[in-house]
Amino acid sequence: METLITLLVGVLVAVGVYLLLSKEMLRIILGTAILSHAIHLLLLTMGGLKKGEVPLLTETAAEYTDALPQALILTAIVISFAVTAFLLVLSYRVYQESGLGLRGQEDE
Amino acid sequence: MNNILVLPMILPVLVGVMLVFLRPYIRVQRVLSVLTMIASAAVAAYCLQHIHLNGIMRLDFGDWLPPHGILFVGDSFAMLLVLVACVVSSIILLYAFATTGIETEVMFFYPFFLFLVAGVNGSFLTGDLFNLFVCFEVMLLASYVLLTLGGRKTQLKEGITYVLINVLASWFFLLGIAYVYGVLGTLNMAHIAVRVAETGQGPLLTLIAIIFLIVFSLKAGLLLYFWLPGSYSAPPIAVAALFGALLTKVGIYALYRMFTLIFIHDPIIYKIIGVLAIVTMIAGCLGAIAYSDIRQIVSYNVIISVGFVLTGLAVATNTAFQGASYYLIHDMVSKALLFLLAGTVVYLTGRSKFNEISGLIRNYPLVGWLFFLTMLAVSGIPPFSGFIGKVYIGLGAIETGSYVLLAVSFLSGIGVLYSLLRIFLNSFWGETIISEDDQKPFQKKVGLPLVLLAILVVGLGIGAELLSPYIEDAANALTNPEQYIRAVMGDDLE
Repeated sequence: METLITLLVGVLVAVGVYLLLSKEMLRIILGTAILSHAIHLLLLTMGGLKKGEVPLLTETAAEYTDALPQALILTAIVISFAVTAFLLVLSYRVYQESGLGLRGQEDE
Repeated sequence: MNNILVLPMILPVLVGVMLVFLRPYIRVQRVLSVLTMIASAAVAAYCLQHIHLNGIMRLDFGDWLPPHGILFVGDSFAMLLVLVACVVSSIILLYAFATTGIETEVMFFYPFFLFLVAGVNGSFLTGDLFNLFVCFEVMLLASYVLLTLGGRKTQLKEGITYVLINVLASWFFLLGIAYVYGVLGTLNMAHIAVRVAETGQGPLLTLIAIIFLIVFSLKAGLLLYFWLPGSYSAPPIAVAALFGALLTKVGIYALYRMFTLIFIHDPIIYKIIGVLAIVTMIAGCLGAIAYSDIRQIVSYNVIISVGFVLTGLAVATNTAFQGASYYLIHDMVSKALLFLLAGTVVYLTGRSKFNEISGLIRNYPLVGWLFFLTMLAVSGIPPFSGFIGKVYIGLGAIETGSYVLLAVSFLSGIGVLYSLLRIFLNSFWGETIISEDDQKPFQKKVGLPLVLLAILVVGLGIGAELLSPYIEDAANALTNPEQYIRAVMGDDLE
């Protein structure tokens, strides 16, 4: 399972990098969003996918799943959400201000 | 008692949130924000003395003992930086009062200013790797807003580059964190250090170390500085000064923390940092000499000093760490002053190229002489603040026989001097081009923060002796990571 997710992370990173290298602002922003999804998945995988019971103290469970990566991802998701929102507003502002749809180049 | 350790971060956050609701009352916002910075500085000064007397302070949030919870750790190195950051940013605030227009101030300028300082202080104090990431993001988001606030075309354009490069850097940061957690199963920095020492720093850990080196080099502007000159010369003067004084220093601090505490077992890393520092200094000098735009030149000076401070890390002896601590403090103060002066010149003349301006010293003698003083301080001429740091870093380099580093870092001083001397000779001397009737009035409230910073620059040079006990503490903590680890993990080390 871990291997499968890691491969998925690889695919997402490839897609993200491809989008990031394109010339259109919107694609670049989507690229950053996909990249951040990839890294969140990687964080989850690094902590080990479901290994045992829910991390609540019970009498029967022998092993618990590590809850920390999920807490980390939650924080990271919120941050990347905020940054993506800011980037979208910023690029819209750039577009309004100067008609620049691309990185520093005139929009055709 | 240790609870006050959180104040330098939490005070600006709380007051910043409060100021959001006080939007129409600009005067109240100004007073509250400067009071907050002064209070944070006072707390930091108290903590510094406390650390000097009683050793490293630690605060476990929610009483979750390490390595389980998030914690703040205040050692002398971090606390010195917090103190200087608070003092410098309160002086920059004074300058912002005089120069930031009401239309910018009303768009939540002061809350974001405070959030930025909160992020910076949090990054200095935290003892948890993921918490460091969060504090970085707090600081960066505030800096995105401050950089683009006002919405001029260059600001927006540089803003896009700056945001994208930092998103990418944060991505690498998370990558490093994921790997560390996967390999070592902990994020507490002291605990990571213990485990790295136990398992030995194999190739996998060295790879992780290099990922962190990339991340923090991007933030600090070590070699990966291409985004820096543009985005530091776009925003309003006060913001540019804040960036120049604080932002790269956080990256430098993180590099020092990483490579004096955690990844200390593989000497190849220090060689890499040394090479990076040399290339950074040379490239910074070339940039500073190549441009004729004053704000660009000043931005390239930031890059040179980043390279210089990191030669201290590459050398990695106690003496070099002392020098680096001195130099970091000096650099925060003098870069703030340099950015403010450059901005003031551009503001007063309306031009940004130094060869289009001349004879300013007759119109504005105070600005001229302050610029002269700053130039001497930045290039490390006694009795100003840059001298002592340079001497100690140089001594450290001689101790370890790193003569190439020594030569390049001292020659970079000449580059700094030359680039600023050109501005001084061209813009301040020569024929006066602005007649007394046309000149913009130089207000006292603009002059006050400049004079305050200049007093600090001179004071740090002459009063270096007073600082030395704290600097020695900082250097000792950096040389003996066991001190830090023991303060966090307790005496038994698990």
